[in-house]
Amino acid sequence: MSNPAMTQSAQLEPAEKDQSQIEQKRMIADHFERLARAKAEGKKVVYTFVPGNLTELIGALDMLAVLPEINALQSGMRKKSAGYIAEAEKAGHSEDVCTYVKCDIGMLKSGNIGPTGTKLPEPDLLLLSYTGCFTFMKWFELLREEYKCPVVMLHVPYQTDGEITPEMREYIVRQLKDVVIPAMEQVAGKKLDMRELSRRLQLSHRAEDDLVAVWESARHRPSPIDGYFGGVYYVGPIFSAFRGTEDAVRYYQMLRAEVDERVRRKEGPMTPDGPAGEERFRLVVEGPPNWTSFLDFWRMFSREGATVVASTYTRVGGLYDKGFRHSPDEPLESLADYCLGCYTNLGLPTRTALLEDYIRRYEADGFLINSVKSCNSFSAGQLVMLRELEKRTGVPGGFIESDLVDPRYFGKANIENRLQSYLQMLEARRGRASA
Amino acid sequence: MRCVVGIDLGSTTTKAVLLDEQGRVVGRGITNSRSNYEVACAVAREEALIAVRFTLLQRELESFADDAQSWRDQLHEAFRLELYRDQLAELEAEVAVALRALTYVGQKATLEPAAREVHERMRLHAPELFVVGAPRKSDFFRDLAGAAFISAAEEVSREQNVPYERLVGLFDRAVLNVETELRRRDFGDLLARAARHVLERGTSGEERKRFESAVARAARAPIQELAFVGTGYGRQTLPFPKEAVRSEILCHGRGAHRVFGGTRTVLDIGGQDTKAIQVDGHGVVTSFQMNDRCAAGCGRYLGYIADELNLGLHELGPLALGAKRVVKVNSTCTVFAGAELRERLGLGERREDILAGLHRSIMLRAMSLLARSGGVSNELTFTGGVCKNPMATRVLRELVTDSYGEGITLNAHPDSIYMGALGAALYGLDDVVAGRPQVLPTFALDALTTGA
Repeated sequence: MSNPAMTQSAQLEPAEKDQSQIEQKRMIADHFERLARAKAEGKKVVYTFVPGNLTELIGALDMLAVLPEINALQSGMRKKSAGYIAEAEKAGHSEDVCTYVKCDIGMLKSGNIGPTGTKLPEPDLLLLSYTGCFTFMKWFELLREEYKCPVVMLHVPYQTDGEITPEMREYIVRQLKDVVIPAMEQVAGKKLDMRELSRRLQLSHRAEDDLVAVWESARHRPSPIDGYFGGVYYVGPIFSAFRGTEDAVRYYQMLRAEVDERVRRKEGPMTPDGPAGEERFRLVVEGPPNWTSFLDFWRMFSREGATVVASTYTRVGGLYDKGFRHSPDEPLESLADYCLGCYTNLGLPTRTALLEDYIRRYEADGFLINSVKSCNSFSAGQLVMLRELEKRTGVPGGFIESDLVDPRYFGKANIENRLQSYLQMLEARRGRASA
Repeated sequence: MRCVVGIDLGSTTTKAVLLDEQGRVVGRGITNSRSNYEVACAVAREEALIAVRFTLLQRELESFADDAQSWRDQLHEAFRLELYRDQLAELEAEVAVALRALTYVGQKATLEPAAREVHERMRLHAPELFVVGAPRKSDFFRDLAGAAFISAAEEVSREQNVPYERLVGLFDRAVLNVETELRRRDFGDLLARAARHVLERGTSGEERKRFESAVARAARAPIQELAFVGTGYGRQTLPFPKEAVRSEILCHGRGAHRVFGGTRTVLDIGGQDTKAIQVDGHGVVTSFQMNDRCAAGCGRYLGYIADELNLGLHELGPLALGAKRVVKVNSTCTVFAGAELRERLGLGERREDILAGLHRSIMLRAMSLLARSGGVSNELTFTGGVCKNPMATRVLRELVTDSYGEGITLNAHPDSIYMGALGAALYGLDDVVAGRPQVLPTFALDALTTGA
């Protein structure tokens, strides 16, 4: 389904890096080191997904998280996904299956070597804490067969009417108390310390405040951030194993300071080719990026002076800019709200309203949908949203198609053609409006 | 004359349109894209410049001749014949090169006289191709010369007992060089030669003088190209600066709207792209959808089917019109469609009926794109190479009526293939009017003489 970037090998990285990015790289390296030592040190390992992840709970029980989606997108960026997908197809998985799943299965079949080159430890528990994506369930079903380890499932009701009712929250809290936490405690071999959980939630809250300030900075002209391509780096720590840690708090403080500095200097974001040139187009983007040609894809935007001021993909691990915060005072309730509030757990009207808000709030010239073949949770209904948004805002929408990690579905010439046509259309319409 | 140039580099054909400063079309050219976009671009522009000179010539003729149009048409056909003769001579020279490259002396000895005879017959029959008012299947030298060569080679190989395939092999090698090598042509000389032939046919001394000086003026008139805009699949390879390149989606929308002012939706089916485009009242694109990842449903699909049936692309549509029923073709894949075609033929289905089904299959894909782009609300203009196919147009009309009702106007004009180049030229004119600085492209064939 969805996910942020954690590491990249040297040749895949942008020309210049911010200090925060170097810090993030260190954090990730440390995490994979810890994972490599986990079995020797008797640490328990939990595999889980980004949307609705219960990182603070995993951390409070002194366990380590592995995120298969992130491994898959990493494999995509490191040009390994094609081979992994072929491996999975050889094992009988259809061409139509989500490519994250196939990439992960293929990686497993190829020795389970993680993005930093060390072997990933096998899971002691598969924690399925978001069921809005049906594929997640199937994915863990497959992993359960491979690893012969327990799965614990948290059923998350869909937000049909765009709001979280007290019953929905209560339903999740009850599952946490009665099923999920006991199962985790059993694997961890210890009882959950609620004070430790609250302490971690407090740290989450602080990092989340800083992240929101970073998103908000895109209201400046030029925007000091790219909220999609740059954004996937920004959400890396908070969507994954680092939420609720001092590391994450420090990272977001650092990031916020860098962004504030760029605002002060009236500078645009960093791009794969160095600091951005003139900001010609401000765009809002819906849908995940393509990972196999991530930097090429980014350059298609940055070289045309197109900056993404907001994206929904960077909200899959939490809609913090809409006010949600993890709360040390209501630990389980806030975890429940977090799971319920994933972007893909929202109905089309809510998603449309969110995009509309971004288009207006960040004064976008246009909005673009990258419809990925792999993910029905994202893609279903996107054209309906496009038409509705055009009607409501008068801002023209664009539509491109690619995939998450299957390079066969990234047609560079076709995508470039569509994107350039779209940007030229914005330009032509701008000319018409001022004529 | 001062003009702007729009060039549409499609995957199959390259088109050029020249507009004068008032935005009137003064010249058009088309050529097959081959593998060399730069040459294709240069040839299309050259063709368009020739057309401009004929526009100028017509204006000259109108000033004194009663039947200016008829004179112009005669001169035009005579000009094309002269050009064709020049190209035949180039072809013959290339065939000679190919013959020299043959390794076996014996082979050379039999093929040489046969090739000479083939060329003799091609020269003899050349005038039949350029009769005013006669239908011509193609304007491309490759097609015209290819058909003539094949028909002569069939006779000669029989008469002289030489292998037909060997002869045709010579043509295939030679024509490639004729097509891809840029050659200097003297327009004034060609036109003067053409004029001599036309004027031989009973004109008085005084009249003749007036014609000759009109021809000379048209051939010599300076043509200044103020701006170039390139578009189409190969636009990135054009020798144009980035500012002079526009997306073909914008250009097709603009061009179609220019020709049919009521257009709000454009369907463009080219060689490997299908685009559904919505435009506003000024021809500016408001939304679009295009095919993704696969060229099934594009012109290439028909090209593939034509190859499978050993037919010319232009023959498919007329043949399909003769269908008695429409065979359902389910395939969404070009290659599978070919397999399905063979299977259906094997089952005894009529070729016409299967072709009708294949046309329907293409247009159904186009309908899906149209729907996704926002549908059709009033006037739909069909552009791109496939719009020249009468069956494609007929099926589109039926499907549009089915989906959007009776009231939809469908424009499909044979010249719709030029819409992209026209739109590009219109954007070029915008640039000139707005006083935007122009960086003119460098053409490999600027050496080529376009004037006298």
